[in-house]
Amino acid sequence: MRKPSDHRLSLRRRTMLALAAPVSALVLSLLIASVVLLASESNPIPAYGRMFRYGFELETLVDMLNRATPLYLSAVAVAIGFRMNLFNIGVEGQYIFAAILSAQVAATISLPAPLHLIVIILTAMGAGAAWSLIAGILKVTRGVHEVISTIMLNLIATNLVVAMLFRRWDVPDQSLNQETAAIPASGRMPNLNKVAELVTRDIEKGREIWGFLIVAIIVGLLYWVYVARTRPGFDLRASGINPLAAEASGVSPKRTVLVSMLLSGAVAGLVGLPEILGRDYAYGLQFTQMLGFGGIAVALLGQNHPGGIALGALVFGFLDSAAPILDVHGDAPQEIVEIMKGVIIFTAVITYVVAQRRRRDEEARAAARAMGDAQTEESETASPSDEEATLPPGPKTGGDDSPADK
Amino acid sequence: MEAPKPTAEAIILHNITKRFPGVLANDRVSLHVKAGEIHAVCGENGAGKSTLMKILYGMIPYDEGEMFVDGKKTRFRSPKDAIAAGIGMVHQHFMLADNLTVLENIILGEEPAGRLGRLNFKQARDRINTLGKAYGLEVDLDEPISELGIGERQRVEIIKALFRGARILILDEPTSVLVPHEVEELFRNMREMVSRGETIIFIDHKLEEVLEIAERITVLRAGRAVGTVKPDDVTKRDLAEMMVGSELPAPGAKTTRPSSQTSLRVDNLSILDSEEREVLAGVSLDVHKGEILGVAGVEGNGQQELVEALLGIIPAIGGKVILEDEDISGWTVRARREAGIGYIPEDRHRRGLLLPAPLWENAMLGHQGMPPFSKRGFWLNISGARRKATECVEGFDVRTPSINVAAHALSGGNQQKLIIGREMVMNPRLLIAAHPTRGIDVGAQAAVWEGLRKAREEGLAVLLISADLDELIGLSDRLLVIYRGRIVAELDPETVTPHELGAHMTGVETTDQGDAGSIGTGDAGSTGTAGLITAPA
Repeated sequence: MRKPSDHRLSLRRRTMLALAAPVSALVLSLLIASVVLLASESNPIPAYGRMFRYGFELETLVDMLNRATPLYLSAVAVAIGFRMNLFNIGVEGQYIFAAILSAQVAATISLPAPLHLIVIILTAMGAGAAWSLIAGILKVTRGVHEVISTIMLNLIATNLVVAMLFRRWDVPDQSLNQETAAIPASGRMPNLNKVAELVTRDIEKGREIWGFLIVAIIVGLLYWVYVARTRPGFDLRASGINPLAAEASGVSPKRTVLVSMLLSGAVAGLVGLPEILGRDYAYGLQFTQMLGFGGIAVALLGQNHPGGIALGALVFGFLDSAAPILDVHGDAPQEIVEIMKGVIIFTAVITYVVAQRRRRDEEARAAARAMGDAQTEESETASPSDEEATLPPGPKTGGDDSPADK
Repeated sequence: MEAPKPTAEAIILHNITKRFPGVLANDRVSLHVKAGEIHAVCGENGAGKSTLMKILYGMIPYDEGEMFVDGKKTRFRSPKDAIAAGIGMVHQHFMLADNLTVLENIILGEEPAGRLGRLNFKQARDRINTLGKAYGLEVDLDEPISELGIGERQRVEIIKALFRGARILILDEPTSVLVPHEVEELFRNMREMVSRGETIIFIDHKLEEVLEIAERITVLRAGRAVGTVKPDDVTKRDLAEMMVGSELPAPGAKTTRPSSQTSLRVDNLSILDSEEREVLAGVSLDVHKGEILGVAGVEGNGQQELVEALLGIIPAIGGKVILEDEDISGWTVRARREAGIGYIPEDRHRRGLLLPAPLWENAMLGHQGMPPFSKRGFWLNISGARRKATECVEGFDVRTPSINVAAHALSGGNQQKLIIGREMVMNPRLLIAAHPTRGIDVGAQAAVWEGLRKAREEGLAVLLISADLDELIGLSDRLLVIYRGRIVAELDPETVTPHELGAHMTGVETTDQGDAGSIGTGDAGSTGTAGLITAPA
């Protein structure tokens, strides 16, 4: 038992199983979208070809990164909740509330450049956290399910609070564009074109890469460190997996709910900042909505893993930024991209479950073998896992009665 | 018994072989079950009995061999086929919908339809009542499942199978979830059923039970059928040897004496449940270093609340908990665990493990804020945690290919050894062990007992909560009996018999041995062992 070779094998197998899911999800979504395209009498091949070519133009790639940044933040916010088995649907309300508040604060105060930015970011995080804390407190004290409370808080945030604040803070000008006051230069996020110029000189012809990408990367790293490397992060995961066992191990369930709601809300607060600090320099009618719900999809696709979420955000960003070309050339309606996104989510979730089950079964068999090996050394000859194609639905999943010799 | 029984064979399994990759789960197993008998299939966990029953119930296909039901050669492709052939199975883990009523659960999937597809509840009710009367299986049909006790749930499962026309009933370790008086009740029901022509195949690994109820016993060991015997022809020892090839482990003799130093003192502890009922009423006890204090009781008499209050999971309304001169009554769970309270939970899946997480993370649970698992209570120390996990896997003989596999891959016994290992490697000051050997096989049971005995000899204070009388009597230095939230007796394990202990546990016999909070229940008029089979309180 505990042979190193066993371990290596299972590690390789694990990576394979982990990759199988997203790859098959992508392939399947392309296939299903093709069927839809064929049914609507469009030819999928040139449509995909054009999307692909257009998608990898510099301009589009910049756009992809800019779209992926807020999606990534939103998905991390959702994932923090998921890790604790909390379904924070309220990212939507949290980030919109945080966006208008921090935009107004940013425009009102004046501070030297780095400090100004830091204050804006902290304001947004505080606002998001405060809004999500309401749902946390409701859950802990009154037992209100967070799905219900965050849905209602979304409506309250977007329709009531933001509408009222916006009416107060909207600066009337000659144009029809309604916006809060402009954020001074010290509160704007510098773009990352300088970095891109290391690779290509053509960036000036394209658009700007929003500087908030850096913040998103930092948030992703912090999220990973927190969940995988800290004791509170472990508490959070443990509560998500088995709240009763976590409680017996010393994790306070109420505290963990509050902490994860706060953290989730704080990250959610950042979702609106990339475009406010990188493009609009104010909160206005053009502000992008629905990112909170996009984040749920991306978190699912990325399985709450910071790297997985990044890939998911990039895929969604790519689809969004490459889609408009379809309308331009009339190959297909660009809404086909929405169908692809939906199919990706569905197939990803299904294939994840399948992969997980396979992994479970394989582990259980390995453990059963270990029991057998320990008993009868000569049974060593039973060759270790020859990639069995058919898996028997067996009694070997966590039950008390594994089919090992004893 | 003397009533003429049909001698036809209800089930014949002939040379059944089932392979899982790397494991031969059933090796040319043959099993003959006569119609109208109670046939026990016993063997250790992992001997292949569950696999065999799953094959018989059509849940898994077999590789070789033949199967005859009522003399007809059959091969089931799914449980549906098995049900059609008159076979029903009651699983170890019940498959009931908690928020539906008993009636709804029984008819689920088999609903008698009336006109226009409307559910004919009346017809269903009548049929179930007839069944219930005939077999002596009484349940309130309108009660939601969530309100029922374990024994009643099991009865619902049995009725469910009968409702589907089962004439051959497979019971998978039916007694593992029951307390003694419920076992009696179940056995009465089983006898009633066979007297009415049912055939029962009964899986168990508790020898006394098998000897008591079965008419014939087939023993499996390491995937092979070792033999079929009649209970009159064998002793418990014979059976044990058939099962494991050696004598059963028993909690052995003690070689050290408890110290006079008190480790845990509980003073007048009281707890209310959510309906403001007193589930623990002024319990006082103390545990010395190097002592195992056994707390005996039928489940649901306040043991669980006692444990949870000691851990700080639920609040007490009164009383004190003192751990080595420190009043920890107001402390959080974490503070208590880190002060040195180890905990072996009664239900390892619910309270003890993160099933999908790797073993090394499971080894961390409960100590995640302490070195070597973390630094300064904040940064996880992955290498330290893995080292400690390896120590615990090796030191407590947890059979696993690596510390990276998920906890659900392990067998129950190995999971339990992992839990005990993780508590012991941190050198606790007090160990709370709740039903530490429940649902694990004989080999693992011996390892657990050995672990507890060793801990005691090294001076650890152990609070042992159990319903297994042999375990309590064999391991404890002193024995308290808890009944309806009160300590009703203190007994000497050297002299007490299981019968006496059982009588105290069911509240039939009350003594005043002068110790803590011994309050007579008075209302029990009769004394003696009849109390063992009285109805639940």
